[in-house]
Amino acid sequence: MIKDLGWKVGGAQGEGIDSTGEIIALSLFRLGYYVSTYRHFMSLIKGGHTNYKVRVTSELTNHHGDALHMMFAFDQESINHNFHELVNGSILVYDTAIKNAEAPEKDGVNVCAIPLTDLAKEAGSPIMKNMVSVGVTAAAIGLTPDDFRSVVVDRFGSKGDEIVESNMAAMRKGYDYYNENFNHRLELPDRPEVKEERLFISGNEATSLGALAAGCRLLAQYPITPATEVMYQLIKQFPKMGGAFIQAEDEIAAVMMAIGGNYAGVRTMTATSGPGFSLMMEALGLSGISETPLVIIDVQRAGPSTGLPTKTEQSDVFAILYGSHGEIPRIVLTPRNVEECFYYTMEAFNLAEKYQCPVIVATDLYMGMNKQTVSSIDFDKFSINRGKLISDEELAELEKGAFKRFDVSVEDGISYRSIPGQKNGRFVAMGNESDEVGVEMEEPVLRTLQMDKRARKLANFNDNAGFDYAGAANAELLLVDFGSTGGLQYEVFKALEAEGVSVGHLTISRIAPFPMELAGYLKAAKKILVSELNSTAMLATLLKQQVGEHAKYESCLKYSGDPFLFEEVYAKAKEVADSLKKEVTL
Amino acid sequence: MATLVDFRAEKPNWCPGCGDFTVLAALQKAAVNLGLEPENMVTVSGVGCSGKISQYMGGYGFHSLHGRSLPVATAVKTANKDLTVVAAGGDGDGYGIGMGHFLHAVRRNVDITYIVMDNHIYGLTTGQTSPTTDKGMKTKTSPTGATEEPVHPLQMAIMAGAGFVAQGFSGNLKQLTELIEKGMQHKGFSLINVYSPCVTFNKVNTYDFYKEHLVNVDEDASYDRTDRFAAIKKIEETNENLVGVIYENTDRLAFHEAISTFPEVPIAKNDLQISREDWNKVAAQFK
Repeated sequence: MIKDLGWKVGGAQGEGIDSTGEIIALSLFRLGYYVSTYRHFMSLIKGGHTNYKVRVTSELTNHHGDALHMMFAFDQESINHNFHELVNGSILVYDTAIKNAEAPEKDGVNVCAIPLTDLAKEAGSPIMKNMVSVGVTAAAIGLTPDDFRSVVVDRFGSKGDEIVESNMAAMRKGYDYYNENFNHRLELPDRPEVKEERLFISGNEATSLGALAAGCRLLAQYPITPATEVMYQLIKQFPKMGGAFIQAEDEIAAVMMAIGGNYAGVRTMTATSGPGFSLMMEALGLSGISETPLVIIDVQRAGPSTGLPTKTEQSDVFAILYGSHGEIPRIVLTPRNVEECFYYTMEAFNLAEKYQCPVIVATDLYMGMNKQTVSSIDFDKFSINRGKLISDEELAELEKGAFKRFDVSVEDGISYRSIPGQKNGRFVAMGNESDEVGVEMEEPVLRTLQMDKRARKLANFNDNAGFDYAGAANAELLLVDFGSTGGLQYEVFKALEAEGVSVGHLTISRIAPFPMELAGYLKAAKKILVSELNSTAMLATLLKQQVGEHAKYESCLKYSGDPFLFEEVYAKAKEVADSLKKEVTL
Repeated sequence: MATLVDFRAEKPNWCPGCGDFTVLAALQKAAVNLGLEPENMVTVSGVGCSGKISQYMGGYGFHSLHGRSLPVATAVKTANKDLTVVAAGGDGDGYGIGMGHFLHAVRRNVDITYIVMDNHIYGLTTGQTSPTTDKGMKTKTSPTGATEEPVHPLQMAIMAGAGFVAQGFSGNLKQLTELIEKGMQHKGFSLINVYSPCVTFNKVNTYDFYKEHLVNVDEDASYDRTDRFAAIKKIEETNENLVGVIYENTDRLAFHEAISTFPEVPIAKNDLQISREDWNKVAAQFK
């Protein structure tokens, strides 16, 4: 088990919960710790319970952890909602401003009633109760207010020294109050050294940085939780990088603009979540048949329909894999952590231009909206490759009008692309089936050739592995996952391995084209446990369809809207491991 | 200099007598008259008989989805502001399934020209009621006569803030050519609604019908096309049976001009690689 410290603050939305959590997380990040965070929130602006969890570790994790060692409650609901997570030796701090506050009795939980609001008032304003809480935290975990100073300066510096100092004063009030009144201390994990290349960043931010580094210079998007944040970095950076943003009137327009931009030679993308993705399906087919590159980011949330807009799920799988009528080549990447959100988005642009087809990067709310330490993001690791773009010189050598945009004779199915503005490169991008220049036709032989041409493009896809495997070669129990579940299941894998279980971890990062090379691991295992955030075991269904081994599957499913806890997957994996042991004894 | 031949592509296969032939001819003439080179022109169309125009017009083309020509055209122009971009389609395409995009394209004021071949009927699906079908007209889907209020595209475009609104008629190639030229020269979104008779499925809104009813505001020296309310009044007075430049306002900046940070160099011509220095600045926000 990874040694960690779990910290949380809870209150009503609009009470500064996120900023309190972020000050703690960012400060610990700057001290060198690895942090993973999770924001629990609802689809409204004010009121309703919200909380911000920070998990502090001395190694990289991609999960916010189950254990809670310190909890700040700004209201009674926060106590009620989160108390059960507090572990032995933990601290619950609640604000004495809560009327008739009640904390349940539990051995090992140190309950501290602290006048957070009153101390904040003494420092100048009741809204600084969050800074008082930071001070209390500093005292309880053996740090000092100065350890948090740089973040306070960054946040409030633009408002003047006075504001910075009053926030620091509020922090000191909390720090002194805790030291004067309480003895209980929590232990931070070992402190790693500070490394410059690390970032504290969310999956959505990493996605937009990936797009930027890949040369995406046009974004068309319609706002939707949890994909909205993908826009902000691009909107901010585009003016310096020569790009532009269009806020589309709906997701249909957004995806059509993304297709139009790519057609005109600009790396263009759109980002959305399930409801928007459903609206984009017809256009997916257009990208496929017109062979126009397209990158769509789907930050999945809990469906169906409007579903749970602020909760996570991995249930768009079939919509992404099969959505749109007719048959087209498509590539679907499922990054498993924040770092991969960056690299896979970058790669998506190369793949879209190389194969001239839609590429969908399926992330989710859990990793999209939560910030964490990422060990290294380096745009130099990747080079821009624009695929088969015909040059002006090559076009000039052709007879007038001889350019065949949809040349069916190409062996790999990928024909050269021209860009409007290029002389003698005329073609018509077609939603209809067309001949080799782009004139609609319904001639059966040529139609079949065009279908075969497009299908050939991905037949020998080997641009990335599509999965990673850890563990012994012939592990009896195989843990399988994709997307953001990968980080958590890796921890489960490590825990079981340490217990001597014969276990392997297969984590999938591409579901189309399906990475057939992983079949051997499924065939070698005695039991396959697939953990995924949906109710119909979509990934397991895909594996059965592609590989088989139907009798071996067990599923760990969750569709409450919350991400998996370690304990949930661990307990299920343990149960399956135990059943294997029994089989041996019998 | 490009000639008409350069703007010809596939031979059209519209019904003999279809109004869309004239629209295509006018578009080709306008492109030649404006001295455009075919490689710098993109025609984006939707779906329907009229949507086939992108295959028949020289230059680059995009035959997109039903009702979705405008978002594609918007992005093409935004991606490369040096291109001349025309979106085209029918009344079903633009005012039915594509109505949302139409109003937003007007608001956004991207520098594109939108030509709607308005025949008051669904042609390619063989004769159903369209958004501009006159009330009372009998079609396959309104056997007792259409009951819905027709869409009023000219008024809607003007009220939504369009800077150039014209209406043409397929029976007058010369005027239609001039209207398209003016629309393409207008900096911002221009709408050219064209009464383009469907000789097969609409026996009401025929060439003869229009010849009899149309009022030409281009020949009316007293008509003030810069007066929004006068324009609306004229449209209502003529029961939309008018041709010419109906409204013009050159004050509004086009989308790419209005955004102060819009890149000087066409986006499509940008270097994609970012520098190490720029990257470090971007990454520093997350430390």
